[in-house]
Amino acid sequence: MAQYDGVFNALGLREWCDADKVDGPMTMAQLLAKAQGTNPDEASGPLPFPSLDALHEACGRIPQTRDMTAGLERFFLDIKDNLKLVLDPITQPLSWMLDGALWLFTSIPWFVLIPMLIALTWFVSRSRPVTIFVALSFVFLGAIDHLEVAIQTLAIIFVCTGLCVLFGVPIGIAMSKNDRLQKGGIPVLDLLQTLPTFVYLIPLIFLFSVTESKLYGIAIILYAIVPVIRLTDLGIRLVDKDVIEAADAFGMTSRQKLFKVEIPLALPNIMAGVNQTIMMSLAMVVIASLVSAPGLGVLVLRGIRNLEIGVGLIAGLGIVLLAVMLDRASKAALARVDVSRSSR
Amino acid sequence: MTNVNEPQIRIRGLYKIFGASPERVLPDVQKGMSKADVLSDLRHVVGLRDINIDMYAGKTTVIMGLSGSGKSTLIRHLNRLIEPTTGEILIDGQDVMKMGQAELRELRQTRMSMVFQKFALLPHRSVIDNAAMPLEVRGVDETERLNEARKWLARVGLEGFEASYPHELSGGMQQRVGIARALTSNSDIMLMDEAFSALDPLIRTDMQNLLLELQEELHKTIIFITHDLDEALKLADHLVILKDGEIVQQGEPQHILMHPEDPYIIDFISDINRARVLRARTVMKAGADGIPVAGDVDADDTLEHVIARSEGRTDQAFRVMRDGETVGVLTMTDVVRALVPADPSQERQAVAV
Repeated sequence: MAQYDGVFNALGLREWCDADKVDGPMTMAQLLAKAQGTNPDEASGPLPFPSLDALHEACGRIPQTRDMTAGLERFFLDIKDNLKLVLDPITQPLSWMLDGALWLFTSIPWFVLIPMLIALTWFVSRSRPVTIFVALSFVFLGAIDHLEVAIQTLAIIFVCTGLCVLFGVPIGIAMSKNDRLQKGGIPVLDLLQTLPTFVYLIPLIFLFSVTESKLYGIAIILYAIVPVIRLTDLGIRLVDKDVIEAADAFGMTSRQKLFKVEIPLALPNIMAGVNQTIMMSLAMVVIASLVSAPGLGVLVLRGIRNLEIGVGLIAGLGIVLLAVMLDRASKAALARVDVSRSSR
Repeated sequence: MTNVNEPQIRIRGLYKIFGASPERVLPDVQKGMSKADVLSDLRHVVGLRDINIDMYAGKTTVIMGLSGSGKSTLIRHLNRLIEPTTGEILIDGQDVMKMGQAELRELRQTRMSMVFQKFALLPHRSVIDNAAMPLEVRGVDETERLNEARKWLARVGLEGFEASYPHELSGGMQQRVGIARALTSNSDIMLMDEAFSALDPLIRTDMQNLLLELQEELHKTIIFITHDLDEALKLADHLVILKDGEIVQQGEPQHILMHPEDPYIIDFISDINRARVLRARTVMKAGADGIPVAGDVDADDTLEHVIARSEGRTDQAFRVMRDGETVGVLTMTDVVRALVPADPSQERQAVAV
């Protein structure tokens, strides 16, 4: 007898409960009790929380918790094929882009690629210290034979950040224009931001083959797109109302207003979002090595798996170095935008 | 341009009520329910109540009121930055309220320009790009619009600052850019929303003089909002005094000064320097009967100027001239009498009777 029997009896549900009663497979608790020679059905001990399992003992019609977990799994498996049919073609370009970028970055000889990246740093930051720091970092990574893996990580980040900006900025603009969209969007963004990074991988592993690069691409983009959306939305909403009014008073169309007033004035905020997005893709790219993302993360993973402490630590240092390089370069770019545009 | 005797802008029966459902409240407001009652009983704010104004082409209409009187709301109705609850706004006979989006944009681009209290320049653009903005919106090509902008920047005294950014300029200079921007749009109506209120007193006087000078030359239809009576009297051809969303009195400023119709206005004008704002034509007696005169003064001269001419002697009289013709005689006794405002309490009683 279970402790909640009385409740079902009192509600007059006993018959409903016992109708077509089938004993499911034993639970772990039942198995343990059996092994110890006690009867688990005996009402004993303090009153348990009326959980699904506890209620199931009293009434066979109430499902067990494991049924729910299994149901969720079944649901995923059921929709998997249909979902795949839709998602696969849509996301296929992502695989191509990631593979293409990885191929491109690794096939360009280092003596061409490194100067190109240093030139790019100079172009976006126009800052001598940042450029020198980036150049030295590349030399260091090269000297310790980590250049190729670092470049792979960089390639993934470039592709993912680029796509984040491509999708995030328009979504942010749409959210700033539409209060209802913003209300609906913010919980989704909160979810994406708070979901533990490993959890991103679970449904994706179901949907896509682990060998496809889009798997980690999607995980990185979903995780890293949040700040650029948020800060674009915020930046456009923070544009001085007086200036918007002036734009209206001189008869600007909403398109003119967006491109000539709102986006330029929101640019510092948008750039801050891009900086955050870069940092978050870097964080995710390490986790993504669990699902075959190449790069420094693989070495970190090897360090953990095989207890090769030196390998893991050096790779970790490389990631930190990449993070600092990307952060300084994008912050310098942000500062450059800010100075020439700010009125305050 | 339309017939001079026809007002260019007519506002008829304009109401603006702020709140959840203004239409529901409107009948009560139209029946004369007071602002306080509407707020406490119906939870709506009466922004403007039954506004009727005629504004003539080439004239400066000043709308004056303290903060909260609805003057900024009123000016934003003219280009429909704010939608009215009910009423008509006719510009050259065309009802602004009935315009579609495209027509309204056309109106804002070509017929009306606006100058703002906080300048509202685009901070990320140079001065010349700011001034050229109205033409850019219209799609005028770059060389042409920059030439036009350069011309007007020079006209407001900003030659050499074309490449600067707004944050590098002082407040007064920023507002000059604002005016240049409005002039570049080459529209015949200029809306000025407390355009000089954010400036230091000395700079404000400079800007007022600049505006008068420009107006002499350009004859725009200016609608100017201010809370400063001295400024209103200096600039206005037609003065509208607004209180709690209603017009208290409107008319020629000199007339309002001499014949205030409301205790509110009497209080208002009791503090101003009458010698500086009253003009010879307002105080003079018409006709030129043989009083010996000490000299000629212009009809538009201020009493301050006349007093300076008389060197303080009160036994003198002046002939008042306009365009070379005698229009009246001004005795110093009348001048001195005009300087003392009628005792507010007495006049208040007179109005009450």
